[in-house]
Amino acid sequence: MRRSTTSSRPPAASRDARQVFLLKVAIWLSGLAPVCWLSAGVARGALGANPIETIMLVEGRWTLVFLLATMAVTPLRRLAKWNQVVKVRRLLGLFAFFHASVHFLAYAGLDQSFALAYILEDVLERRYITAGFASLVLLIPLAVTSTKGWIRRLGKRWRRLHRLAYAAAVLGVLHFFWKVKADTFWPLLSALLLAALLGVRAYYAAAKRRKAPRVA
Amino acid sequence: MIIKASQASDVPSSEITSESDYLNRRRFLGASAAGAVVLFGRAAPLGARPQELEPTPEDLATGYNNFYEFGLDKSDPARHAHALRTRPWTIKVDGLCNKPADYQLEDFVQPSAVEDRTYRFRCVEAWSMVVPWRGFPLADVIKRAEPAASAKYVAFETLWDPEQMPERRWRPRIGWPYREGLRLDEAMHPLALLATGMYGKALPNQNGAPLRLIVPWKYGFKSIKSIVRMTFTETEPPTTWATQTPNEYGFYANVNPDVSHPRWSQARERPLGKGILARRVPTRFLNGYEEEVGSLYEDMDLKKFF
Repeated sequence: MRRSTTSSRPPAASRDARQVFLLKVAIWLSGLAPVCWLSAGVARGALGANPIETIMLVEGRWTLVFLLATMAVTPLRRLAKWNQVVKVRRLLGLFAFFHASVHFLAYAGLDQSFALAYILEDVLERRYITAGFASLVLLIPLAVTSTKGWIRRLGKRWRRLHRLAYAAAVLGVLHFFWKVKADTFWPLLSALLLAALLGVRAYYAAAKRRKAPRVA
Repeated sequence: MIIKASQASDVPSSEITSESDYLNRRRFLGASAAGAVVLFGRAAPLGARPQELEPTPEDLATGYNNFYEFGLDKSDPARHAHALRTRPWTIKVDGLCNKPADYQLEDFVQPSAVEDRTYRFRCVEAWSMVVPWRGFPLADVIKRAEPAASAKYVAFETLWDPEQMPERRWRPRIGWPYREGLRLDEAMHPLALLATGMYGKALPNQNGAPLRLIVPWKYGFKSIKSIVRMTFTETEPPTTWATQTPNEYGFYANVNPDVSHPRWSQARERPLGKGILARRVPTRFLNGYEEEVGSLYEDMDLKKFF
């Protein structure tokens, strides 16, 4: 056992697989829990005086949590040398899209009763809604092209397309920041986190460019 | 509902009536008449729906509050406002008036006849409630103070005591104490109420105990809570939100479906307590009190003075 350096590969691989599996289970649970909690709250009338607002707030927060978690995958890979984590990135991204969709449907359906004129006015005239809507729209092609087939079909363009995630995250945080009246604590914290995560990427990108200067 | 509220027995007897009723009977009758207009006169005209003045469930009105001194979440004030000491309570009346004074709460309230009035309450955040208040006309205390001829406005201040209002997590950059103000003719209007109770009981702390303003035709933030000071001024007094975010909040803050807030439309509102599938309803100019208070703004451009 102690000297099994030569045969260490299979156990390490299975440990990695188990880690990824557990991580995926945790993501599924935390991804679905808010919706279960909200549904139970609606059924029991336990979401407070303004349940629609509660649904929008909770789903908006979880969208940001999953967006930031998705953005954290690559930095985590680099800083913690934890390569396996990339295997949960798609799931995290899809849950970000899921919560963004629920958040938007709560707004458009429950809060606005699908009154298109008012929704359009909001999207066009109120910058925090413009930003939030743009963020959601950017996430749609990312969710659609998240399958293996699309990754293969798009090849190199897939990576470029999926850089839209940065823009979606920035717009999401902006949406949050512009929404609040006085309590800027959480918006600022999200902005700082996002800036840090993007900073790590920028650092490694720059380092990579220095190491291997492209010859045109 | 209203009759039931006025029969509730758990009100301090000092709030119900006083010997000055006899001396002030003219004013009392006038105020009662105004109250009657408010209570009963609304159902008929202007497409007012009769079910409209059915009070919002009490637990919503006492559990969903903006009172930033006790926290920024709507549920924070109900959790934290128990720390507010409402007795003894002093109200300072000063500025341009003949009878400035420091009143004990009881002396301030007692000379007036307390009435029940059910008003619509419209928040600038586009939600609304219907609340049965208990209080007396603001005009009473203004007349008592005898404002000088030069007084054009009256400013109000909320208590600011960090000991009772400990900093919660993240203090917004708001200059406390909370300040509000009215033009003197607005303040003298019989609909403007100083409330000491709601739902037939004393005001809960989170709703602005022991004494708050209710100006039903203006957005809720004008209806300042836990008042400790009234000052008569010649010029428009600075008010908290209008100072904080002048492009979003003005001094007048009249409910107006045609003047949008930068972050939300004011054309419609969500009445609370109607369930998750209920639709928003159209907001009415001056919150439906145009008939009573519309003349105050006859020559004003309310898009400019929002």
